[in-house]
Amino acid sequence: MLNRRTLLAAASAALACLAQFPAAAQEAVKIGLILPMTGPFASTGRQVSAGVKTFIETHGDTVAGKKIELIIRDDAGVADQTRRIAQELVVNDGAKVLAGFGLTPLAMSVAPVATQAKVPTVVMAAGTASITKASEYITRTSGTLPQYSLPVGTWAAENGIKKVVTLVTDYGPGIDAEKWFTKEFKSKGGEIVEAVRVPLQNPDFAPFLQRVRDAKPDAVFVFLPSGVGSLFMKQFADRGLAEAGIKLIATGDVTDDDILNSMGKPAIGTITGHFYATAHDSPENKAYVEAFKKANNNMRPNFMSVGGYDGMALIYAALEKTKGDATGPAFMAAVKGLSWTSPRGPVSIDPDTRDIIQNIYIREVKDVNGELQNVEFKTFAALKDPEKAEAK
Amino acid sequence: MSVLPQEATMVATSSPTAAASRAAKLMKRRSRVRFYEIIVWLAAIAAFFVLPSKMLILTEIAILALFAVSLDLVLGFAGIVSLGHTAFFGLGAYIAGLVALHYVAEPVVGLLAAGIGAGLLGFITSFLILRGSDLTRLMTTLGIGLMMAEMANQMAWLTGGADGLSGFSLGPILGMFEFDLFGKTGYVYCLVVLFVGTMLMRRLAFSPFGLSLKAIKANPMRAGMIAIPARKRIVTVYTIAAVFAGMAGALLAQTTSFVSPDVLAFHRSADVLLVLTIGGTGYLYGGIFGAVLFTLVKDWLSIVTPQYWMFYIGLILVVLVLVGRDRLARWIEYLPEHLSKSKEEGR
Amino acid sequence: MLTILFDGVAYGMLLFILACGLTVTLGLMNFINLAHGAFAMAGGYVTVVMMNRYGISFYWCLPAAFIVSALIGLVLERTLYQWLYQVSHLDQVLFSIGIVFMAVAATDYFMGGQQQLINLPPELSGRMDVFGVGVGRYRLFTIIVCAALALALQLILSKTRFGSRLRAAVDDRRVAMGLGINVPLVFALTFAFGSGLAGLGGAMGAEILGLDPNFPLKFMIYFLIVVSVGGTSTVSGPFLAAMLLGIADVAGKYYVPAIGPFVIYALMIVMLIVRPNGLFARGGR
Repeated sequence: MLNRRTLLAAASAALACLAQFPAAAQEAVKIGLILPMTGPFASTGRQVSAGVKTFIETHGDTVAGKKIELIIRDDAGVADQTRRIAQELVVNDGAKVLAGFGLTPLAMSVAPVATQAKVPTVVMAAGTASITKASEYITRTSGTLPQYSLPVGTWAAENGIKKVVTLVTDYGPGIDAEKWFTKEFKSKGGEIVEAVRVPLQNPDFAPFLQRVRDAKPDAVFVFLPSGVGSLFMKQFADRGLAEAGIKLIATGDVTDDDILNSMGKPAIGTITGHFYATAHDSPENKAYVEAFKKANNNMRPNFMSVGGYDGMALIYAALEKTKGDATGPAFMAAVKGLSWTSPRGPVSIDPDTRDIIQNIYIREVKDVNGELQNVEFKTFAALKDPEKAEAK
Repeated sequence: MSVLPQEATMVATSSPTAAASRAAKLMKRRSRVRFYEIIVWLAAIAAFFVLPSKMLILTEIAILALFAVSLDLVLGFAGIVSLGHTAFFGLGAYIAGLVALHYVAEPVVGLLAAGIGAGLLGFITSFLILRGSDLTRLMTTLGIGLMMAEMANQMAWLTGGADGLSGFSLGPILGMFEFDLFGKTGYVYCLVVLFVGTMLMRRLAFSPFGLSLKAIKANPMRAGMIAIPARKRIVTVYTIAAVFAGMAGALLAQTTSFVSPDVLAFHRSADVLLVLTIGGTGYLYGGIFGAVLFTLVKDWLSIVTPQYWMFYIGLILVVLVLVGRDRLARWIEYLPEHLSKSKEEGR
Repeated sequence: MLTILFDGVAYGMLLFILACGLTVTLGLMNFINLAHGAFAMAGGYVTVVMMNRYGISFYWCLPAAFIVSALIGLVLERTLYQWLYQVSHLDQVLFSIGIVFMAVAATDYFMGGQQQLINLPPELSGRMDVFGVGVGRYRLFTIIVCAALALALQLILSKTRFGSRLRAAVDDRRVAMGLGINVPLVFALTFAFGSGLAGLGGAMGAEILGLDPNFPLKFMIYFLIVVSVGGTSTVSGPFLAAMLLGIADVAGKYYVPAIGPFVIYALMIVMLIVRPNGLFARGGR
């Protein structure tokens, strides 16, 4: 009677869950952290969860008299899993806040749950602009692609670059990046010679790079998800594009701090725009990097980890403000307009869109004491997400 | 019971009527409702009352079960190893999502539309799997699945691309039952579809049609010799399996009110194959048992070891094959076979 | 134009060397081994660890990758695979998917989930001009190595004693055993050799294809395409298939980027419909 036995097991597990629920609920705020811990996007999950844990270690696990309890669950980057886990966390485990979400579809799939159950939902990594529009209870601590693609366009136009080929991964975020870079660059008088889109499943960049080379632009603007980005970088150098006088400008995903150091020489000189670099020069960041490295076997924190860290900062600050009330409307009211100093610099939450307002830095990859770093040299202060700013 | 065994009628010693009644009895015995079947459905209904907090995972099990049962029709009966069954699942999910987004919010309409759409795709693609060896079929089905996935990503104006299809909400089922946050309605809905679907497929599988499929699977050449139109039968069964796979996809889209491109991902095809293996192939209920076990084990492992549960799933697979999955699946035979006391035929 | 052709050939060569081990297990031993990519990944990680942690030269890493993968293959063949030559294809598929899952999780555990990168020796990086055609040095290196291997493989199979024994063992296991051929040994060595080749391919491909724990899953499809299109009974079939796919893929992406990703799948399906048993079917099966 295999089925009956498993049912019994499941039943007893459910009962056990129910039994412990009321005891723990009094003084604890449970945060359901849903991340891709396995599968192709596991590195996102690893960084974000490390960032979250670093925050709890450095700031303690109580806020406004409530104990913060973290429940980490893996969705393997599959949207319907995310949705089910979110629903279960809310209904069964009594999670008061949902957080995490490595990719856009994963965050989108949770939006109906957030709306229906009025659960505050903190997006810590996914970057498509439209996510916060999907539900009133979604806020974000990472950044949006338009937000950090646009300044790259501004910078390029102001620094003598006339003709650009864009090369992006052919999916939502890539198209976002392409659109906003192009828009800004064109409005400043630049010319887009060609727009190349690379399929998501793409082992070899050779044909695309050849296209770029044949178009003879001044620079190529690139957005690729972080792991693939490093591969691209090597092939870019190998194909001699740099010698052909083609500059590489990109969003910060390509020179992801997590793997930047292993990219080696070809990466040097790449110009990228992003909201966080491990090398960011501020006391907050120094403390953060030190704590992070210590807790995580000397791993470098990247922009995803800082999204996780700030996500927790946001939750703590909001709970402080509501005196521990984590119900949807109160929490979200507290979130709006919140501002604090993050390792990445000053950030705040836009009261209208619940999206993050932050500095975007233009950085160059340099060899600093034998390690490759994204060194910031220009700041675009307090940028809003341009897509939602424009819609108004 | 329209198909009479041809040789039997030729043989002088037994009269045609006797042979016919023997065949009829055989078919009847094969298709009799077994003890465990009733247990399964009773347990599923009981779960609704006993486990109110587990509705969502039960819903997932029901959807996976329908998907796996439909694959069993192709794999266990027709013997086609398919790595692309998810093409139908995904198409069904997208159709259901699009119907809800643009036309009707009522779920049953979307469900039927998804079934029809997936069935059409199944019919068209079934001609591609008629030829070749196991490997060729494996690759063709896989290729179709991958093309579908790529298409869903490319046609962003229709499917939302990699961001997934969202922003639709489902109306009450048949205008009466609203979907709730606890997933109770969703579970009952999926369970009803699973029940009806399984019963239909069961009727089909244990009919002379199903028997002829098994003959084709066992030996295509001999099946051809006793005048079984192998090609036609395979096309039919593949289409029907596609219909139900599409419906399973529709259920997923409707209960989560979201369609992501990974409904077409390869790992889903692998998962469902795994489900069927755990449960055993060739008797339909394998899909249901497999879905229950697989989902529970996976859920438990992903809580215990969020990062490395894949390792244990792999280990289970390897052990399963090494021990011999037939041996494991045979436990079903030790259950009492009949519910009624009628034992007139014997063995 | 010629550069595209050149890139396509290099890519095709790489696919061939990754997949030809699979041709051996699948075609000669009739075993659907979806875990083939796991051996390639092992080779890749051996290279990464040797180069990045111990600073050993890239040229030494290649044979090391071959040997380590071959040893892993040998051990697995002796302990696990050999029991499964007679079982159904479905069982083989499931078993090897299981192996893939385990390999992916184990690699993630030991090496972490991030993309692994290697730094090539300077004489292999960059590109040069040959008669006005831009040629990547590393790609040229890949082509030379892979072509040499393909040739060697063909010779081994058709000219040596071991090759004839292997073919005999495959054609009729019982008769071959009756003739005094140690069939299990031949199979084990063949399997190890195939895995070793995959490992070498993984090591060479790390630069172009990348390397992370999901490698076996990501590229399984490509291996299978090469083998199923090329047919499994010869070496030249998969070789040509790999070339064709490599060139079609690269050219498709260059000239018609909008439908680029479909080219390879569509090509496969068309080929399979036209020649269900591969480009150069030996007939029979």
